[in-house]
Amino acid sequence: MTKLSLRDVVKRFGSNTVCDGISLDVAEGEMVCLIGASGAGKSTLLRCINLLEPIEDGEIFLDGEDISIPGLDPMPVRRRIGMVFQSYNLFPHMTAIENVMLAPRRVYKKSRQELRPEVEALFEKFGLADRMEHYPDQLSGGQQQRVAIVRALAMKPEVMLFDEITAALDPQLVGEVLEVLRLLKDSGMTMMLATHEMGFAREAADKVCFLKDGRIVEEGPPSVLFENPTDPQTREFLARVL
Amino acid sequence: MADQSAAGRTRRQIYEDRLRRRSLIIAGSSTTIVVLAVLFLVPMAPGWEKVQKSFFNWDVFAKTFPGLLEAFMLDVAIFAWCAPLIAILGLLVALARDVRSPALFPLRILGAAYTDIFRGVPVILTVYLIGFGIPGLGLPRPWNSPYIWGSLALILTYSAYVAEIFRSGIESVHQSQRSAAESLGLSESDTIRFVILPQAIRRVIPAQMNMLIALQKDVALLSFIGPVEIFRQAGVYKSLLANFTPYVGAAVIFLAVTIPATRYADYLLAKQNRERS
Amino acid sequence: MKTTSFISIVFALSATSALAGGHCAAGKTLTEGKLTIATGNPAYYPWVMDDSPESGEGFEAAVAYAVAAEMGFAADDVVWVRSSFDEAIQPGAKNFDMNMQQYSITPERDEVVDFSAPYYSAPMAVLVVGEGKNAEATLEGLKGLLWGAVGTTTAVPMLTDLIQPDSDPLLYGDNADVTAAMQAGQIDAALFDLPTALFLSAVMIEGSSILGQFPADRSDNPDQFGMLMEDGNPLKACVDEALAALTDSGALAEIEAKWLQDTTGVPLID
Repeated sequence: MTKLSLRDVVKRFGSNTVCDGISLDVAEGEMVCLIGASGAGKSTLLRCINLLEPIEDGEIFLDGEDISIPGLDPMPVRRRIGMVFQSYNLFPHMTAIENVMLAPRRVYKKSRQELRPEVEALFEKFGLADRMEHYPDQLSGGQQQRVAIVRALAMKPEVMLFDEITAALDPQLVGEVLEVLRLLKDSGMTMMLATHEMGFAREAADKVCFLKDGRIVEEGPPSVLFENPTDPQTREFLARVL
Repeated sequence: MADQSAAGRTRRQIYEDRLRRRSLIIAGSSTTIVVLAVLFLVPMAPGWEKVQKSFFNWDVFAKTFPGLLEAFMLDVAIFAWCAPLIAILGLLVALARDVRSPALFPLRILGAAYTDIFRGVPVILTVYLIGFGIPGLGLPRPWNSPYIWGSLALILTYSAYVAEIFRSGIESVHQSQRSAAESLGLSESDTIRFVILPQAIRRVIPAQMNMLIALQKDVALLSFIGPVEIFRQAGVYKSLLANFTPYVGAAVIFLAVTIPATRYADYLLAKQNRERS
Repeated sequence: MKTTSFISIVFALSATSALAGGHCAAGKTLTEGKLTIATGNPAYYPWVMDDSPESGEGFEAAVAYAVAAEMGFAADDVVWVRSSFDEAIQPGAKNFDMNMQQYSITPERDEVVDFSAPYYSAPMAVLVVGEGKNAEATLEGLKGLLWGAVGTTTAVPMLTDLIQPDSDPLLYGDNADVTAAMQAGQIDAALFDLPTALFLSAVMIEGSSILGQFPADRSDNPDQFGMLMEDGNPLKACVDEALAALTDSGALAEIEAKWLQDTTGVPLID
């Protein structure tokens, strides 16, 4: 069943076309990895899906419902789509648990006491039980990124978007974050990742899309795309990064 | 190994110790020379005796200081009720200048005009215009009090500066914080209230401390429209005694408050710079 | 022609120096042969008319020329400069021989500068607006008013020691600000010397009137105006001598009668 569907999505910044007619279907529980050089439009595409950027043309459907209608209130949509950023973007003036509880408290009008058990369970699940009362600057990069994931999950989203979430991490910390993604996938979360971790994409993704100049050049299961790419541009890119 | 001395210090450490000792000696002796020069040369100036009698007269100082201190309490009181109102109004103006909704565009214009006007006019003019002008329209007592309107003049002027500082703080919070809050489904007002403002306010505290210090001094401007605070009281003593020492006394009282406050603001700023680097 | 003018110049020069040389003030003024007098900037009615002391019109201008004449200076030899209050009581050299702008003579001021003998004794008067007009012209009646005064004048000790109002008085930098506060309704009453009060009520503050005046002997410190001079100025003896002569001859009283209004009609406050 299709969870998320993009139809000819176009995004421009001034005269610069960043997404140039992108169409893509993501099935429920599927993990889709977007790969490609920096500036190919991966991050922008994710930001468009989260309605952080308005699109110029095309449609985006969530459960068959058009969420890209101009003028639509983006807030209810964003609650259903979680997003995690490369630079973590934790709120530096709040402890980890306050970071996580802020949005559910304000949006779902729940008290701290109500939220506490489920939030603690999330921290527990992602190995952060002893880090709840720490401020972001007291956490390692990997811990911060995991808190950011917990923060997005606390809103109980139906889809999760991950924007290069391991790109800013020291190599030895990448593993713990990818481990979290595997956990999530196993729990059936629908996920889209922009990533440079080819190994992870190859091993864990259900579908991989290669983007170049704002277009999807080639898409398919990792076994096909990595082992037998049909497009010369894909081959050239993979030759460089693998 | 051969380069190390008996004490086990490297030759770099020995060299740096020597440098440190030398600069200490130079700083110490040059300070001593300057202090001695001031202590001995100034009293040798032909006008020193008259200046001392007019500006540094101990009898006058002792006689007027308690009265000055009492008058200073009025400065403290005016400061105490102005400062919180300035913080609130300044914040509101800063937020008004930041609104994105087109329906509130007039608010944005108003905010911009407000900060331009009140930062552009000398405080004393505002104090005069509002302090005498508005009560002159025929307000009944006690609503025409110079305390009310003089304070309002200070509040309006300082809010304009404080608003600009708040705004710079708001703008210094990275766009990604806004994105993160919005991606969680927080409304714009919640984003500002819980994510942007707490960070912005923390960042501008040292700058706002400096505004408080400036306000503390500018409270004296209210004396122009009647209230007998320390500056006016010093002026009264000066006229009665034909001696400027009361002004020196007033300066001493101001400094006793502003120097610690300034040091503290500098300390906060330095701490913040350390944390950011 | 050439010779004649040369002779007349020599004559004029020798005549001036002869006059000054034979007189008390010789060698004691800033500029030899000239008497430099300072006044306020601007100088007000009725002390100096139209801000031009050179005309000799107005009480202080007239006194200045009378004193100058008594000291042996021609009217042309009087030079006017302007100064502020603070300038005048600073220690150090002065740019005037004497300064006339209603300086009250006080012992404290006298330590820093010199004063001539008084040329005027000004009684204090109470100027009132609004509510203040209904007050009784008694010390008791004045206590309940909201008071204002210029902070740099001897009106302040008179207010605090003699009247002792119920609420703290408001003090201002100059007469103009007291006036503004009266017009804004922020004060009911203000203390001025009588001539100033007369001027303000007549010209400056609409709806104001003079409630009464204090006899000069009512306070320990009746306000007397003296000419201010640099501390130790040797000219003081000459000025005092001239003032004494003018007082004796009745000339000073005549000038006062001419330029300062008759004060009858303003009741005494006991």
